[in-house]
Order: sequence, then structure tokens, then C-alpha cells
Amino acid sequence: MLSVLLTADAVGAEIPPPERRSGYSFMTPDTKAMQDDDTTNPGMLWVLDGEKLWARKAGGADKACADCHHDARTSMKGVAARYPAFDKALGRPVDLEQRINLCRANQQQATPFPYESRDLLALTALVAQQSRGTAIETGSDPQLAPFIAKGRELFMQRQGQLNLGCANCHDDNWDKRLAGSAITQAHPTGYPLYRLEWQSLGSLQRRLRACITGIRAQAYDFGAPELVELELYLMSRAKGMAMEAPAVRP
Amino acid sequence: MPSALINVPAKAKRGDIIEIKTLMSHIMETGFRHTATGEVIPRDLITGFTCRYNGTEIFRADLFPAIAANPFITFFTTATASGKFEFEWIGDNGFSEIASASISVE
Amino acid sequence: MRKQDSTRRQFLGLAGGVAVLGAVPIVTVRPVEATPAELASAIRNVTGGAAVKTGKVKLDVPPLVENGNTVPMTVSVSHPMAPEDHVKSIHVFNEKNPQPNIANFYLGPHSGRAQVSTRIRLADSQKIVAIARLSDGSFWSATVEVIVTLAACTEEVI
Repeated sequence: MLSVLLTADAVGAEIPPPERRSGYSFMTPDTKAMQDDDTTNPGMLWVLDGEKLWARKAGGADKACADCHHDARTSMKGVAARYPAFDKALGRPVDLEQRINLCRANQQQATPFPYESRDLLALTALVAQQSRGTAIETGSDPQLAPFIAKGRELFMQRQGQLNLGCANCHDDNWDKRLAGSAITQAHPTGYPLYRLEWQSLGSLQRRLRACITGIRAQAYDFGAPELVELELYLMSRAKGMAMEAPAVRP
Repeated sequence: MPSALINVPAKAKRGDIIEIKTLMSHIMETGFRHTATGEVIPRDLITGFTCRYNGTEIFRADLFPAIAANPFITFFTTATASGKFEFEWIGDNGFSEIASASISVE
Repeated sequence: MRKQDSTRRQFLGLAGGVAVLGAVPIVTVRPVEATPAELASAIRNVTGGAAVKTGKVKLDVPPLVENGNTVPMTVSVSHPMAPEDHVKSIHVFNEKNPQPNIANFYLGPHSGRAQVSTRIRLADSQKIVAIARLSDGSFWSATVEVIVTLAACTEEVI
């Protein structure tokens, strides 16, 4: 009986499409200004690093990203707006960071970059920036359906010492505040993004792990299937919204 | 070399007052923070920034731990002649980086 | 797995579990915040004890800060920038960070406009003071109170 009640409670109302808002719209004018101008957006420092890495040969194959993909500004246009995407060889979705590392391991025969390393964030930022302004399309592939469902389940599920699910804040209370912070709708339109709190660029997985730790639950390891499923659900939920990477958030 | 973002107008009229914006990759570790296990994270700061315009110093700043990571500094100068702006950041652990930008003044 | 467990315990410690916190060695290297005396002494180092008048200086900081780790700040001085009469430098101080200085900026008549922007860190809601030194040796200042809201969830250092 109890579990039935909890489930009914946890599945709150999802946000209707016309009411969806980017985290950008919750920010103060000063923070918006920091994102709006590429000469003041610190995320652009990672994009610059990414441009250098894109052209640098690496691994046993002695190939650079540019050797196959040429100019990222054309070849990577719209790509990030489709991630996480289904990987046929693995039979499951991979996020953009994992795609870059798969390419690194398989094509360049190089060691994958660690999660949250400067190099991985830089390449991801470069690729994601090429989708700026592009409408998110993630989740259109029917093979992703069961993984989106799993991600949705995780989003709704209460967990941790505070017994909270993502939906309790981000679906049910997004118009309120938690301490000094606005509760947003959890649309990952700007990743990787520069958080003032981090004073660094960071990935969506880093953000999810911080949120999970915040409700005092055990965070999944970087790269865990659960985190990718959450990313996938969140991106598919934001379908049609414009990409902003590299965004700035408080 | 860490990335730096410099914004200087490509062109200006002689006598124009122009804005220069700079953004430098740097952690600006204060030396006041600790890890979760209580160890002090060693200080690693940019402590000085200088801008020279055709060799002459036109702006300088002393930076302290209260400057946010990836230091952002903007200031103004008068466009006097075509040439080069040179930017220099120095700091702890021998940090020393130079970037430049050119301007055409009519 | 062991590593994760210990990470989690440390987070709980930081989140306010007194018993757990007691087990974590906290090393204090400096006073947690600059004292009013330190602020006064940092200002005296710049002015040499000369009188500081209120005015001419404008200090722009958002009145309500979203995150104290990165706070936009602009200081401008309403004063001519002529060779014979100009702003020589701008000095910014805070009251409650571990150290009273924020930055010193050195300008000259060629600057055209005495205005600088940067991004600063504020450990807490506090007073910020900007002082301008003019070429005639006079000092002018502005003071603002800034409210720093605390983030709901913070992360440990990575």
C-alpha cells in the first residue's frame, strides 16, 4: 500500500511543452550577459582549447579529429543536439563525451580522456558549440525508447536520505526557490556549461552527480548507464528547445 | 599554453576611447581552501597583469585571491596609432603568459 | 566502492554532521575573515593615512549575487583623464574574505576613461570599498553592501 502511494506521489505532473523554460530564463541579467557575449563567456576558453585539440594528432593511428571530420564548424553542426544517441556496437545509448572517447579509442587508438578532464570538456565544448541555436532532437531514434523510459523512471524515483526524486523539485516546484537558488526545470540545453559555483566548465554528468549527492543519495559513477539514461531522458524531454552550449549558470 | 580570449577593436579612429576585454584560463587557487580530508590546497594565483601598447605600458593590475577563476579584466585606452597590444599575466609557480592583438588606427 | 563510501561520508560531514566533522582534521591557515583592522590597514597602505573623501567613484556590483564565487564588478571614476589632472589608480577592498585586498588597477591620462571591470569572489554578504587616487594626491571612495545568497547544494572540491 505504501509503495503504491509513494509511486502515485512521485509521478508528478510533467511540464507541458509551452511552459518549458531554459535555465537561462531563471538567471539574473548579469549572468545572462556573461553567457550572451562570447568575449565574456568563460566557456569559450574551453572551446578555444577544443579547437587546438581537434587539430592535434594523437594515438597509434597518429590521426587528428580534423583528419576525418575536417572543419568542426560544418561536420559537427547539429550533432550535439542529437545526443545521447544509440550506439549499435554497444547496443545502448552513449553521450557526447563517450562518443568522443569511443572515437579516440577506436579511430585514433589513443587512451580515452578521463571524465571531467580539461581535454574531454574542451572537445565536448567545441562539438556542442556547433549546435548552438539548433533545436534538440535527442530521442527521435525508436531504439532509444526503452532507455528513455528507464531514465524517466530514475527521474521520478525518490531516493537518498532526503527521500526526494528529481521530479519533486524540477517538475513540481520549478517556480520556487531552494535557499538562494532558483529551482529550474532541468532542461540540459547548455552542456557542457560554465557554472559560477564550479568556476569551471563541467558536464551534465557532473551536475547530475552533484544533484544526487544533494539529496544525500549515493551518486552513480561517471559513465554509469544510469547517468546516461538520465541524460537521455532529460534531453528528450527538452526536445525542440534551442541548444546554448557553452552556457553559463549560477 | 593556456587559452586566452582577447577582445580589441580591429579598427579605430585616432583619439577614440576603446574598450579592451581579456579573459585568461587560470584556476586562481586561493590557498585558503581545503580538501574534504582537511589538506590545504596550495595557492596558485595570477598576481599581475600588464598591457602594453606599442611597447608602452598603458594598464597594470595587481590581482589577489578574491579575483574569480579565469580572470576577466576590461579597461579603456585611447587609440593613438596602428600597432600591437601586448598582454602579460604573471603568477605563482612561474606562471608567465603573453598574448597580443593588433589594431589599425586611421 | 570503498572510495565512494568514504567520499559520501565526507560530504555528510561537510553538510553539518557535527560528530563526523569532528573526525575530519580541519587546518586553519589564516583567520576565516579579514578583520576591520586588516581592512583599515590595507587601505592605509594605499593612502598613507591621507583623508579619503566620499564621491566621484562608482562601484557597480549586483545588489543580490547569484553565486559568490563569480561576481561581476565595475568601478568607474567621474573625473577628467588629462595629462595634468587624471585618475592614477583604483584600489578595491573587501571586508570579510580571508584577505582584505581584491585588486589594484593602475591607469593614466591615455586611459581616456577611468573604468575597469572584473569578476570577484565574495565569501559572504559584506561591504566592498573602492578607492581612487588622483594625480593631485587626493583620494575618493565608494562603498557598497552586497548580499550573497547561499547555494542550496554545494559540491566538494574536485
